Amino acid sequence: MSAFRSAVITFPGSNCDRDMAVALEQICGGEVHRVWHGDAALPDRLDFIALPGGFSYGDYLRSGAMAARSPIMQAVIDAAGRGVPVLGVCNGFQVLTEAGLLPGALLRNAGMNFVCREVALTVETSQSLFTAGYSQGQEITIPVAHHDGNYFADAATLDRIEGEGRVAFRYAEEVNGSARQIAGVLNAAGNVLGMMPHPERMIEPAQGGSDGRALFESVVKGLVAA
Amino acid sequence: MKVRVIISLKNGVLDPQGRAIHHAIEGLGIHGVQDVRAGKVIELEVDASVTDADLETMCKQLLANTVIENYRIERMAAAETV
Repeated sequence: MSAFRSAVITFPGSNCDRDMAVALEQICGGEVHRVWHGDAALPDRLDFIALPGGFSYGDYLRSGAMAARSPIMQAVIDAAGRGVPVLGVCNGFQVLTEAGLLPGALLRNAGMNFVCREVALTVETSQSLFTAGYSQGQEITIPVAHHDGNYFADAATLDRIEGEGRVAFRYAEEVNGSARQIAGVLNAAGNVLGMMPHPERMIEPAQGGSDGRALFESVVKGLVAA
Repeated sequence: MKVRVIISLKNGVLDPQGRAIHHAIEGLGIHGVQDVRAGKVIELEVDASVTDADLETMCKQLLANTVIENYRIERMAAAETV
């Protein structure tokens, strides 16, 4: 297998892009390309695309709304359509819902407060590219840091994504008022994951834990197996 | 011509901001308010080339997120603009 090729998209106001790049370098290895929102094209032959956390475009209009319409996003949407794994964390999750790659929307936290702490998550499925390295029902600890993380979708959509095994992670405690405690959602094809918690911030003991590592390892293993 | 787009949260979508405003209103000593919903108003200055269909496109694809929000477009007559 040739070297793993990943890309981290940076929007104006992204602030977790470097952490994401470090996680990709350390866990996935290979080449990590840094891509600017104004670029029209992605590097060739990507194995993985990450949309990082932050406050793209100052959260103008709605969190993720402007970033979802930035020049690079059409290339990300096309790549997702070809099956390239795409991970959106925090603001990246908001961008993916705004871009229509994932169902639902992220509303202001029910408690109105910015929530910044470690939270317990339950891994809802191990049958996905991103979660194969976990066991179903496993409880993991990953930090969150967001103001708009309250996942919303209408009841029919929630029933559908639950029925299709597309809830990847659920909060094991009350965090932000999310419908059915949903913390991470997959697209129908299973190659796009959006989640509010930050796995890239939990990859080595110095960060307080390494429960996020398995997500990145899963993607690498999945590609080797494919 | 001035166009006003009024964006509001759909019924059933939790509005914590509205709830906080409601709470603050009660802090003013006014207790007759039943509910508060916060939305936004976007005013556009458009020329005659912008069609109703263009406005719909703007609202559906950018100004509102129709998963959670409703929108209403008001084309304002010249007399209403200041």
